[in-house]
Amino acid sequence: MAYIEVRDLAKSFPAAKGTRHVLKGVSLDVEYGEFVSIVGAMGSGKSTLLSLIAGLTTADSGSVSVGGEPIRGVRRDAAFVFQNYSLLPWFTALENVRLAVEATFPEMTRDQQRRHATRALEQVGLGNAMDRRPKQLSGGMRQRVAIARAFATKPQVLFLDEPFGALDALTRETLQQELSRLCSEGDHPVTTVMITNSVEEAILLSDRIVPIIPGPPATLGTPIPVELSRPRSLAQLAHDEQATHVRAHIVSTLTASVRGRTLSSAGHATAPAASLVTPVEEIR
Amino acid sequence: MAKRIVNMLLPLCGIGMAVLVWWAASRLVSDLPSPFRTWEESKVYILEPLTYRGETDQGIVLLAYYSLLRVARGFLLGIAIATPIGFLLGVSPTLTRMFDPIMQVLRPISPLAWLPLGLVLFQKSEPAALFAIAVCSMWPTVINTMMGVRAIPQDYWNVAKVLRLSKFTTFTKIIVPATLPYMFTGYRLSLGIAWLVIVASEMLTGTPGVGGFLWQEYNSLVYAHILLAIITIGVVGFVLDRLMGVAESKLRTI
Repeated sequence: MAYIEVRDLAKSFPAAKGTRHVLKGVSLDVEYGEFVSIVGAMGSGKSTLLSLIAGLTTADSGSVSVGGEPIRGVRRDAAFVFQNYSLLPWFTALENVRLAVEATFPEMTRDQQRRHATRALEQVGLGNAMDRRPKQLSGGMRQRVAIARAFATKPQVLFLDEPFGALDALTRETLQQELSRLCSEGDHPVTTVMITNSVEEAILLSDRIVPIIPGPPATLGTPIPVELSRPRSLAQLAHDEQATHVRAHIVSTLTASVRGRTLSSAGHATAPAASLVTPVEEIR
Repeated sequence: MAKRIVNMLLPLCGIGMAVLVWWAASRLVSDLPSPFRTWEESKVYILEPLTYRGETDQGIVLLAYYSLLRVARGFLLGIAIATPIGFLLGVSPTLTRMFDPIMQVLRPISPLAWLPLGLVLFQKSEPAALFAIAVCSMWPTVINTMMGVRAIPQDYWNVAKVLRLSKFTTFTKIIVPATLPYMFTGYRLSLGIAWLVIVASEMLTGTPGVGGFLWQEYNSLVYAHILLAIITIGVVGFVLDRLMGVAESKLRTI
């Protein structure tokens, strides 16, 4: 039995005219310690799917279980990183992390909590910026704080919602590497589900990639394993044969589904042949 | 530099013109004291602002002080009631739907209407005045606090959800700081109303203060002092608003 089991999820929202079916028949298995990316275009229902798996929202039908237990709300051992950082602007970097530590480890003394939070920030290279507020930090530094906050709770499960989407390309790669290091560095493996619109990012970080086939309602395509050795780097991926193969496979799955949608529903854009390294967004 | 001097002089020109209009009006209406006469008859109150000559005959700062003290008490009472109500209405759409009609009906009621009810309820003028101030000044705080809670971005609620914060922690670490700027806008508006109400309630109850002084001088036909009281009320109200503005910008959390 897989660690995270998603079975036949469906979710719809009330819309101006009737209901909008966002997801339907979504099933997914994630093994313990595995890093799985769900790749799809913006507005394809990725974020909805992640909040369902994470227990932030409830599905209309279907089930999600983690470690054999059906989820009811957000799990105590789960952590999140969101695209827009979700830091509290009235707290300093340290206070933001401490809030998470206090909530997760109430049995620690205040001093232990503070030291624990400090260490988490030092691990992402923010030892000197702990007393700054989010406004005084760059986008990359803010996301580092968010990552530190996530790892400070020593999570079993990590949910990443387009974690690097708001960052420039250079910062993004540094942080991707850092995330990869943190995932492998802890005292126990972290099971991670990431959603992203970047095929490159997915190949760089994942053990398995699941393309999302846009609807509505959206469904998941066949998972593609990424069996490249770690650590990986973007430079290496650009030429690696297997990476090229995986990339081509995902992009063709995604573009095929986009074309299918364009034909069936007279969509907004016709899809030109996609350059292989562009994010999926640009394919549409 | 020259622009700064002009910018400083322009308000003075405006004041000068207003005084000129006042003076012209005083030539036309015989009962209206001219600016000069007003100053002559009022200067004892301004030049000896802290002198106590009798219960209703005191320096202008003393009179303003009594009024401010009353306003402070009424205002604090008002926001102490209004802030929790605002939070409750902000988090609960059900409560909002339940109480919104009552609020909309109570809000436009004039202080002059509340005061007699206060006198009936409390038998004394002082608590009746506080009651009127509190009831009239609480609405902007209720409404702004409520709006502030509703305006909290989904991101912050997500933090609470994801970290599984307790209700209490969510309130102290997320809802209150996120709402603080709105709350203070509410406090500022509430204080403005409280200051409006004070004059009316002092006039009706005859308690010492700027409003009481105004009414008493009207009854004793010293019209220059009415103008003195009016100007004092305006200046004090302006200063209060500025002070709240400063507090508001100091407490910016987002």
